[in-house]
Amino acid sequence: MSVVLEQIFQVGFLAAIIRIATPLAFATLGEMFSERAGVLNLGIEGIMLLSAMTGFTATSLSGSLWLGVLAAVVTGALMSAVHALFTVALGLSQHVCGIGVTLFSSGLAYFLYRLIFGQQSVPPSIKSFETLPIPVLSDIPVLGPAVFNQFSLVYMAMAAVPLAAFVLYRTPWGLSVRMVGENPRAADSAGVGVIATRFQAVILGGALMGLAGAFLSMVQFNAFTFGLVSGRGWVAIALVVFGRWDPWRSAGAALLFAFVDALQLRMQASGLGHIPYEAFLMLPFIFTIVAMAVMSRNAVAPSALLKPFRREER
Amino acid sequence: MFRLEARTSTPGWFNLALPLLAIGATLVLCSGLIALAGAGVIEAYGVMFSASLGDSYAITETLVRATPMIFTGLAVAVAFRAKFWNIGAEGQLLAGAVASCAVGAIPMPGPLAMLLMAAAGAAAGAAVALVPATLRVKFSVDDVVSSLLLNSVIFYALMALIEGPWKDTFSGYPISPPIEDSANFPVLLEGTRLHLGVVAAFLAAPVIWFLIARTTLGFRIRVIGENPEAARYGGIHVERVLISTALLSGALAGLAGVGEVGGVHFQVMSDISPGYGYSGIVVAMLARLNPLGVVPAALFLAAVMTGAEAMSRATGVPAFLSDVIQGTALLAMLVALLFTAYRIRRVGTAK
Repeated sequence: MSVVLEQIFQVGFLAAIIRIATPLAFATLGEMFSERAGVLNLGIEGIMLLSAMTGFTATSLSGSLWLGVLAAVVTGALMSAVHALFTVALGLSQHVCGIGVTLFSSGLAYFLYRLIFGQQSVPPSIKSFETLPIPVLSDIPVLGPAVFNQFSLVYMAMAAVPLAAFVLYRTPWGLSVRMVGENPRAADSAGVGVIATRFQAVILGGALMGLAGAFLSMVQFNAFTFGLVSGRGWVAIALVVFGRWDPWRSAGAALLFAFVDALQLRMQASGLGHIPYEAFLMLPFIFTIVAMAVMSRNAVAPSALLKPFRREER
Repeated sequence: MFRLEARTSTPGWFNLALPLLAIGATLVLCSGLIALAGAGVIEAYGVMFSASLGDSYAITETLVRATPMIFTGLAVAVAFRAKFWNIGAEGQLLAGAVASCAVGAIPMPGPLAMLLMAAAGAAAGAAVALVPATLRVKFSVDDVVSSLLLNSVIFYALMALIEGPWKDTFSGYPISPPIEDSANFPVLLEGTRLHLGVVAAFLAAPVIWFLIARTTLGFRIRVIGENPEAARYGGIHVERVLISTALLSGALAGLAGVGEVGGVHFQVMSDISPGYGYSGIVVAMLARLNPLGVVPAALFLAAVMTGAEAMSRATGVPAFLSDVIQGTALLAMLVALLFTAYRIRRVGTAK
């Protein structure tokens, strides 16, 4: 046990948790906004992958990291706008559309990547962001170097959590989002544009998913690889349930998952040789399934989740 | 002005027209990508067609490739009929492959081995599908997410096997030992890969159609999907039917894995399925969840996949085009399905 505790309070371990949690936090917040407005976005897995690809490509071609981030955000927003078009405007099945968006985006990501970069034995990489130490705070022992000597995208994720909570709970737009997700009929009577609000929430969510993809290809791996997302999008959907559709709890869920993931990485590295490393890779997924089983009974999804809204249906 | 008007019934020819419309739209949309890659659209699709359907060997290859997708398509169609959102056909296929490979490696008479491989593969797939169904019934966990997450778990379990106890000690490659020669599915046409599993898939479709359309279980599956409240009121044990659906769906997906092991690869490796489980969703939707429609839908996707590789060699367009076509076809089909619910009516043209 003491070995585990020793591991936890290492700077490197804490920093690893933060780094694993960052894309998950973006993705989870993105999915949360979408679902709070009543739209399940199963396109998340493909949207993250396509954003990771466009972000990487834009940076690789232009040399500008921020241009890459912008490209990823725009990609995420565009692809989720497609999802919104199908599910909100046309009222098609959110489940099947989401899978369609994921299949389409993943296929497009692979296709365009192969078209632009060809087949290379060593995948091209980019020079990533440098860490940005925050004065004073980064001098705090242990916590400082792990939390306050990070990449700018990590700080953005940290800022995104309170910001998302503020937007959702304290702004008129956030109120509209919650209304169209809980009771679109009432929202409509109160003069809230249900379709427009849902579109906005899904697109904002997609932009956040784009940031998640950008972090993966531009900070975590510095390259685009085919298994880049490998289920992180699906995990984010589970984390939204686990976080009960709340920004703070969702971010907490992302941190908890990152802790489990960082722990399994450490356990792999620490040479528990007789256990196959795949057992550790499975661990976060099994953990997520079990967590959902424990939480789902009490979890109350937005009432209008999965339900398309049509004005004339009274 | 045009207006959408609710439709009460749909003519029968829609079942054929809508998928064709979706496929046509898909090919038109994806021709943009071919042009982007600097190839001739007609030439690229021409190569795709001749490489997948142009001669008798190409046709057998397409049939072989359609086989796993007929099974996963049936698996998804059955599940979606009951609104059991089984997105886990991929993991169930892998479980079926592993189980049938384990059985096929035991020396025994060929026919017995094949029967036991099918039984083991179906059982393994069903067991995997039971997890999301049970979680939904007992813990109200969303079946989409749990079945998706389970795909990763099964994949890592397979990797652990082929990089661990099953690893080829001679070559060091992460592939399982081959099954017994006697367990290899017989080839039906000399010089091709057309194996017994292909026939099994083509027979499975009408059997599942009969099951869904003409039996009590099939009736219950349809009712709990269309109206669970009415089903409950009518004395149907919804949870029990959901579990049965999951077992049937998982078993079918497991059989997809059995066919790949017994008829194509004769062993298990990490890339034994290039996403056949997910393709099953596209197949089932193109088929409008009709088991008989699954066959032509699977043949279409198989032709695209087989043809894309040849097209890539001939024109330099990345073979990933087939993945884009799959995703686009699914979305196009969903839009086309709007025509079953609505008709477009012209009303008092605005001047």
